[in-house]
Amino acid sequence: MVKQKLFFPATGFNTDQELRVSGLACARGARQVFSDVGFHLRAGQALAIYGDNGSGKTSLLRLLAGLLAPQAGDICVTHGSRVLQSHYLGHVDGLKANLTVGETLRFTARLFQGAAEAFDLGDIGLTAYDEQRVGDLSAGQKRRLMLARLAIAPRQIWLLDEPLTALDQQGRALIDTLAQQHLARGGMILAASHEALGFATQQLNLTREAVR
Amino acid sequence: MMALFLALCHQHILLAWRGGHTTLIVSFLFIAIILMPFGLGPELALLRQLAPGLLWVVLLMSVLLSLDRMFQADFEDGSMDQMALMALSLEMMVIAKSLGHFIALFLPLLAAIPLAGLLLNIDAAALPALMLSMFAGAPALTLLGAIGAALALSIRRSAMLTVLLVMPLYVPVLIFGASSSASALSNGGAVDMASIAILALMSLAALFLAPLAAAAALRVALR
Repeated sequence: MVKQKLFFPATGFNTDQELRVSGLACARGARQVFSDVGFHLRAGQALAIYGDNGSGKTSLLRLLAGLLAPQAGDICVTHGSRVLQSHYLGHVDGLKANLTVGETLRFTARLFQGAAEAFDLGDIGLTAYDEQRVGDLSAGQKRRLMLARLAIAPRQIWLLDEPLTALDQQGRALIDTLAQQHLARGGMILAASHEALGFATQQLNLTREAVR
Repeated sequence: MMALFLALCHQHILLAWRGGHTTLIVSFLFIAIILMPFGLGPELALLRQLAPGLLWVVLLMSVLLSLDRMFQADFEDGSMDQMALMALSLEMMVIAKSLGHFIALFLPLLAAIPLAGLLLNIDAAALPALMLSMFAGAPALTLLGAIGAALALSIRRSAMLTVLLVMPLYVPVLIFGASSSASALSNGGAVDMASIAILALMSLAALFLAPLAAAAALRVALR
């Protein structure tokens, strides 16, 4: 299993931080995806978002990341800018096939103002992959590399879309460890999934065509 | 913010180079120029007369072809979503990408121009003026191209659409670029500063306006 190493520096996040969502509605084209979704999340809490295909899990996360505009409703955080405090891990990985793993980490650190030096590739099970082209990695290894973004640049709100996809048992354990440590230092996680998420403290069920 | 800007720019250059786009685009320029004498006939005086105009047109074609590299890959692999979450406005991101594009693709093209000119028997005296006009117009070409590339993003296989969108925007640059080169040719290499100044003005205006337009188009594409 994954060694119990601390991924993050000791300094925590703002423990007063809250994320409030109320009356949120979303439409894609002519289709109403969901309406009147609301929840309230404090620092250190994790929300698991469940729902069938097409029930709007991805749309909800993209709304929270500021990538979509809501049709109605409010999303607010009590401190700072929501977008700049969020990490969004979507279906497409945002990785560049023509960069090496090492370059990807260093660019991630520069682009998200984090620090790559402290990061050990062994932590995501990619020891000795430093010079490997990202395009030659397997799907699961790419997912692991995406997770590195979470560790390299600390941001309080994690928006994870199907985080368990393509990961093996160790990879899932890795996500769990990352998530537990993130929550322990005052982070917040919102994760859409079809499987039970061990770290979730609350859950939201989306049903197709309307409410929870 | 500056570090972030430079990182984006650096990444764009690295990927353009690794993906072989730089080599491809410069090869395209050479092949197009090599074809000219076959089409026009090997008459040296005629080629010398036409060289600056032909070089300008082929440069425009090469730049147009390179435009789908600007945002398309980022959009498809999800990097664009990540960029929207970075502490850099999309407008600045457009400028960073355009600068990267300029360095990775435009500068190699400009470096190839004297050699390509040789193939068209260009008047060596007209070359400095031609290069100067291309340098002055280059930022406008890149930035106007960014608008087209951003507008065509949400449509798949949109390279041709980008070309159609951008071509009309390039016409003023071509007119002043070609006219300054032509006057240099007829005046024994004297640089027509008025045309250069107008090209530089277009570049400055594009630097101010194009990022706003391209970023607006990107926001629509992200929706």
